[in-house]
Amino acid sequence: MLLCLTDGGIALFCVNPTSWQIIVFIYIYIYIYIYIYMGNVHSDKAGQFFNSGHTNNWAVLVCTSRFWFNYRHVANTLSVYRSVKRLGIPDSRIVLMLADDMACNHRNPKPATVFSHKNMELNVYGDDVEVDYRGYEVTVENFLRVLTGRLPASTPRSKRLLSDDRSNILIYLTGHGGNGFLKFQDSEEISNVELADAFEQMWQKRRYNELLFIIDTCQGASMYERFYSPNLMALASSQVGEDSLSHQPDLAIGVHLMDRYTFYLLEFLEDIHPSSTTNMNQLFKVCPKSQCVSTPGHRTDLFLRDPGRVLITDFFGSVRKVEITMETINLSSPMEPLPERINCTVHILYMCINKHIIPTAIIMYYVPRQKLLRDVFPCT
Amino acid sequence: MATAEVERKRGQLAALSIAVVVVLVGVPLWWRTTETYRAWLPVNQINELAELQLQLSVDVEVVFSRGTLMPEQQKKVPFTRTQEEAQKVDDDTTLRYRYESKYRTANIMEEDALKQPTAAEADLSLHTLSASPCGSVVVYVIPETSVLLPQGVDVYIGHRRTAVLRMGAPMSVGKNHKQLLAHLEPRITQVVQVMSFSHTDITAALSDRVRLSPGSKESLADSMRSFKSSPGYEITFSLLNPDPKSHRLDWDIEGAVHSYIQPLLTKLAPLANFSIDSQILYYAMLGVNPRFDSSLEAYTLNADSLAHVINPVEARLGSNAASSNPVLNFLLYVPDAHHSPLYIHDHQKQPVASNAFHSPRWGGIMVYNVNDLYGRGETPLPVNININMEKVMGVFLAQLRLMLGVQSSPAPPGFLVEPCGGAGLADWELDRLMWSRTVENVATATTTITSLAQLLDQIGNIVINDNIASQVSSTVTSLQLAVAELEAGNLGFALQYSKEAILASERAFFDPSLLHLLYFPDDQKFAIYIPLFLPMCVPILLSLIKIASEARQRRKLKQSKKD
Repeated sequence: MLLCLTDGGIALFCVNPTSWQIIVFIYIYIYIYIYIYMGNVHSDKAGQFFNSGHTNNWAVLVCTSRFWFNYRHVANTLSVYRSVKRLGIPDSRIVLMLADDMACNHRNPKPATVFSHKNMELNVYGDDVEVDYRGYEVTVENFLRVLTGRLPASTPRSKRLLSDDRSNILIYLTGHGGNGFLKFQDSEEISNVELADAFEQMWQKRRYNELLFIIDTCQGASMYERFYSPNLMALASSQVGEDSLSHQPDLAIGVHLMDRYTFYLLEFLEDIHPSSTTNMNQLFKVCPKSQCVSTPGHRTDLFLRDPGRVLITDFFGSVRKVEITMETINLSSPMEPLPERINCTVHILYMCINKHIIPTAIIMYYVPRQKLLRDVFPCT
Repeated sequence: MATAEVERKRGQLAALSIAVVVVLVGVPLWWRTTETYRAWLPVNQINELAELQLQLSVDVEVVFSRGTLMPEQQKKVPFTRTQEEAQKVDDDTTLRYRYESKYRTANIMEEDALKQPTAAEADLSLHTLSASPCGSVVVYVIPETSVLLPQGVDVYIGHRRTAVLRMGAPMSVGKNHKQLLAHLEPRITQVVQVMSFSHTDITAALSDRVRLSPGSKESLADSMRSFKSSPGYEITFSLLNPDPKSHRLDWDIEGAVHSYIQPLLTKLAPLANFSIDSQILYYAMLGVNPRFDSSLEAYTLNADSLAHVINPVEARLGSNAASSNPVLNFLLYVPDAHHSPLYIHDHQKQPVASNAFHSPRWGGIMVYNVNDLYGRGETPLPVNININMEKVMGVFLAQLRLMLGVQSSPAPPGFLVEPCGGAGLADWELDRLMWSRTVENVATATTTITSLAQLLDQIGNIVINDNIASQVSSTVTSLQLAVAELEAGNLGFALQYSKEAILASERAFFDPSLLHLLYFPDDQKFAIYIPLFLPMCVPILLSLIKIASEARQRRKLKQSKKD
């Protein structure tokens, strides 16, 4: 038997070896192959920056249930919120809708906390939670308004989904659902047809580049059955006819803390860091039937890219595309003196650092020259 | 017997009259009270606009200076030529490009201007002579032997809308008119394409409408980098000082904005409104630990870690809560004393001259080292440092141009493009931007209005108020005017109309009243109406059937009586 080492099909040398020589030879060959492959991967990283086609990330996280015994739905949403923030999406790009306040609920034995693990290991409420829609503001109407952008003009920036055609959006819904609907606030429902139509309107206005839809409710797969817009990927915690079950009760708090699917999803996401290269195929394997009791489902036929090439951080994190600035402009003229004081308002923000009150931000808002507001905003 | 007959007749009359009332009065009343108010929309015109046929016209003036023309060619001048080119982008979109070129000879003042020692000075004096309106191009042709342009440079593009083109050798050009045109026309077209628009630029502007697969990584990067057309932008300049104990920083941002940034923004005023903020953030660290490089005696950030710098900082940056305009952030980071100096390295591990990087559709960050402004251990902390705003604004201005889409692809070989300098923007760069923005606005407005019409058509029970109908009508009017102005070559008016069109279409599409909330499947509709109408209709129908069967029986009796 002749063994040849080839480089791209050209035989470099051939031997007629003994058995241990074969083993050594195979080892060397594998080592060389891995080395070359790793090299290629490394140099491709630069090119990979532009593989996904998105420049910013948004997340819309909705908990639709109210009442104390639905603690687990709020904990679900807050765990996804926490992961998404940890992986880099800032609050200004997250729309968090919580239908009820569990942290400050009268029945919460540990106020200002929402736990997701037994024995109170992980407080997902934390110090830094920004809830955009709270309590009775979480309605089907507001949810659809956020998605389609049809908000009244007085809505502040933090309550809007200001995505553009290069935004990847993560939408996470949890609560009580049924075959073809999701219940909001125990009084109204959103149907899968309405959701599909809302996504189509988002597509018409190019309000997303790619959209990942995750739903953790009973019969969740029915909610993505009716999607028909391109570039949508959907995951659900259970199929039609199955119930999604909760994970574990906590005897001290007295309610179930999380749902199974989101519990294992959170465990999976805790291993992801901003530069990890885990892809979507691993996400589809989260919570198999043995752990979840229900069968999670997913839908990728509307998605244009191969899910194996889509990184988790494309949706859950916010990895920026960065380019080095090669050119600068040569400014030779000296600065002109200002003809008159430009009008401005000054805000100073203070923070407590190391027990000292220190100014941490001084913000000055300029009034553009054409708007003469000098009577209204004198400069201090 | 007679009373039974009368009773029967009365019964029949009652049933018939009830049926008549129900049909003639009840059904129309029910229809009117349950219909949704839908104001009239100009659907035909919208469908016409859906098939976008754009014609872009450029006025080109070609001026021959002395020594460029043969006597035979001189006789034909002045003359006008029109070139048209049609490109079909997809089934719904066709583009036609029309170049109207006027050829003439230079007058005395222009000849004097072309005798200046350098091209830049010639450009300055030429500008005062011709009043080139927005969107037009003037090309001055100089003989091959002229020394105005340096060696190896065939075309010079100045700050305004003029270009200087060096003619080929008289041998290669030829003697007669046709040969002259054969030599000049492709070169003039190339110049015009650089200075106004090329087919790739226009198709990139149509990306909303036509999802073409990007030709290359560069074109994808270009399309991802610049912001989409928007009525306004917010620019925020931030100074990050992680170490206030060591550095007391002083930057004259107001003066710098007024001197360097404001001229550019004033020039861009026809395109959008800009509002500027500035802020200083203390104790704001970069999210990445820089590595110490002993060979350079400095700390370095390599290109791969730059992507993770922005996110921790972005959480601390504020923005104007009242507007929904896109925000451009420009950050100036002064490294703390323990990590100074800090250099950015590119993918080839070489230090970057500008020490700055930018992120598409977000903004830019520049690292400003101050360690050489004070000695170590000698001066008492904190040190007062005055930041050199010229250097900083040079970088920020370049990044701002990139973000706004001003920077175009590199010039073809043999072209010399004058750098824009203090003005920030050359006139022809502004024209380029205006062409692509106008096309983008027209394409986006037509797509919006078409999809709105489709949506309202599909969902029968959305209420269409009068204000929406008026917005839609004004969009249609503005779009038709914009397309007409593009055909005529009036770029300024076309941009204005396209802006009005897009504002009106966005207002119509995103009107809060257009929310289709209730989806009624058909079986639910039946479930609501049947309990109301069935109990009422059953007796009427039965009596009508009874009347009809009795009438048929009587006719049979009459027939049998006759026989």
